[in-house]
Amino acid sequence: MEPHAPLSLHVPEPEVRPGDTPDFSSVKIPKAGSVPRPPVDVDPREIRDHAFSIIRVLNRDGEAVGPWAGSLTPDELMAGLRHMMTLRAFDARMLTAQRQGKTSFYMQHMGEEAVSCAFRMAMAPGDMNFPTYRQAGLLIAGGYPMVDMMNQIFSNEADPLKGRQLPVMYSSREHGFFSISGNLGTQFIQAVGWAMASAISGDTRIAAGWIGDGSTAESDFHAALVFASTYRAPVVLNIVNNQWAISTFQGIARGGAGTFAARGLGFGIPSLRVDGNDYLAVHAVATWAAERARRGLGPTLIEHVTYRVGAHSTSDDPSAYRPKTESDAWPLGDPVIRLKSHLIRLGVWSDERHTQMEAEISDEVIAAQREAERHGTLHAGGKPSVRDIFEDVYAEMPPHLRRQRQQAGV
Amino acid sequence: MPRMTMIEAIRSAMYVSMERDEKVVVFGEDVGFFGGVFRCTAGLQKKYGTSRCFDTPISELGIVGVAVGMAAYGLRPCVEIQFADYVYPAADQIVSEAARLRYRSAGQFTCPIVIRMPTGGGIFGGQTHSQSPEALFTHVAGLKVVVPSNPVDAKGLLIAAIEDPDPVIFLEPKRLYNGPFDGHHDRPVTAWSKHALGEVAEGHFTVPLGKAEVRREGSAVTVLAYGTMVHVALAAAEEKGIDAEIIDLRTLIPLDLDAVVASVKKTGRCVVVHEATFTSGFGAELAALVQEHCFYHLEAPIQRVTGWDTPYPHALEWDYFPGPARIGEALAAAMEA
Repeated sequence: MEPHAPLSLHVPEPEVRPGDTPDFSSVKIPKAGSVPRPPVDVDPREIRDHAFSIIRVLNRDGEAVGPWAGSLTPDELMAGLRHMMTLRAFDARMLTAQRQGKTSFYMQHMGEEAVSCAFRMAMAPGDMNFPTYRQAGLLIAGGYPMVDMMNQIFSNEADPLKGRQLPVMYSSREHGFFSISGNLGTQFIQAVGWAMASAISGDTRIAAGWIGDGSTAESDFHAALVFASTYRAPVVLNIVNNQWAISTFQGIARGGAGTFAARGLGFGIPSLRVDGNDYLAVHAVATWAAERARRGLGPTLIEHVTYRVGAHSTSDDPSAYRPKTESDAWPLGDPVIRLKSHLIRLGVWSDERHTQMEAEISDEVIAAQREAERHGTLHAGGKPSVRDIFEDVYAEMPPHLRRQRQQAGV
Repeated sequence: MPRMTMIEAIRSAMYVSMERDEKVVVFGEDVGFFGGVFRCTAGLQKKYGTSRCFDTPISELGIVGVAVGMAAYGLRPCVEIQFADYVYPAADQIVSEAARLRYRSAGQFTCPIVIRMPTGGGIFGGQTHSQSPEALFTHVAGLKVVVPSNPVDAKGLLIAAIEDPDPVIFLEPKRLYNGPFDGHHDRPVTAWSKHALGEVAEGHFTVPLGKAEVRREGSAVTVLAYGTMVHVALAAAEEKGIDAEIIDLRTLIPLDLDAVVASVKKTGRCVVVHEATFTSGFGAELAALVQEHCFYHLEAPIQRVTGWDTPYPHALEWDYFPGPARIGEALAAAMEA
């Protein structure tokens, strides 16, 4: 036998590092309107290519083109623009609030606003999302009060979660927003369980699971695919590929696989990639997947191809691991600007109206922050009661906790 | 009243619960068509259909994760982990999710699930079919932990657990599944069918969580035990001829501290017994509580009799966990001091 050379470990590396010129030449962007729109009861084997392409609706000229266009009216699109701009303004205010010491931590959505805002409009009342920490657009677009979000972020006396959760880890059963966990990926399999329960109960409601590109490496992701495909759960499984898991580029979790969406193919789950910065495309694909689920056709896996423009969180400095101008080079553009251009192209929007709406939204966010701060911030003003530490551990407080509460003097 | 083994009693509890509440669903590895490797779920699928009792992929994480999602929806999943030794892949879903969902969502989402699992040794199951992981779960705020010692309790506690609004870890001592082994591996097994405790009512009844039971009244020394060790302690007390009071804890969380304290204050001596390893075992918690609440009544140091701090041995398991002889020595030591 021929002698072999010593082995060496392959560790994937991003194309560029800080100081290099950003390069997205490896991200193959198909033309808007070029990916076919199959019927919702399509055999997954017939749409294998959808796991490797990218569904896009808005072209470079701001036109909505192709078979996935037309799922929204101009009024709905204007509402969508407002949701995204509100989320962006909310982010900006809360980032500043964190730097002012009013909260310990914040995570912004910059560049990814279309994913959650557009997806929310494809869901019906009573459906349940199992989100990660970067889908607050589900709440904003669902009409959840910004003041309550801020109360949660400030952990003040009006915090609906009584100061127990990290900032941005909201929950609202009423708004179809499951309680966020800091342990990544756990919600993905839970979404499948919720969907299975709906099917067991003969209900018509569906669930949506959310996970980031990095967290697809967690076992929960794989368990979710197994259970979703085995029981044909009425669930939409979303992977938000924003290219970065803190400092780790998406290639580390993906390895040699073609795409994240392709992971669904082995499970027989229809798997599609969508331009996550295209509000219309996200909405169209989400509507398609939700319809499949609601008609009992089973799960769909969607990879939202997007880019995290901001830092991972307020504790992160992306300039340490990627070129500073990389976000400008992202080939799929800014979701807000793209939808704005489309609305202008439709003749229902203008730069003046856009500027005016920005100002209106800014006033709303400032007013909400004023109201929230009246209830306190992390280190000043009203706080949840110390008694709240001991409540809700169990439905009824057991004797050992009652003793400890007495020890705490409350 | 019919006589039931613990397996039959557990099965009966699930029948009763599924009959009374259509939100109760049962699933896990092999529990559906086959009825479970220990046959605890036999017949449930036939009676209640595949959407209420079904087989799952071999994924403990998946089983518990799905149960959490179902509970958030409003169902009441009662899932089986085939052996307690297999629960570790599901640890994150139990510890980080099920246990604290109510707390972190301020009561908006709750997690009324039961996670059943055969626990403990004595059937030559080796390292991966014999462990007693109760202390891992008693350390987690938000969980309730139950260990029955006989068929009546197994049924009543399991129905109570399924009806409970919080997540319950339900540990079934597999050595008791078919009868009360007393710790002598050279002795024939007395079947539950010939045992008074095996008389189990067919219909609905509950044994409340958080209440201990005095299995043997005595005045000389208190033995705190649960599961299999209740029977081993009973045998030890008889053999030694010591007037021991034996308390079957039945639930570890919530613990019936009042019953423990009342007994130790009466006897002035305490022996704690469990099959799990010694260090940081639940016995350490019991000893600390007894010391804290009964210090001025104690006439001797608290004794602990437990499994050794080693991985679980296959061929020598009867030398690993406490038998009547070791408990008898501890009883004698407690009496001498």
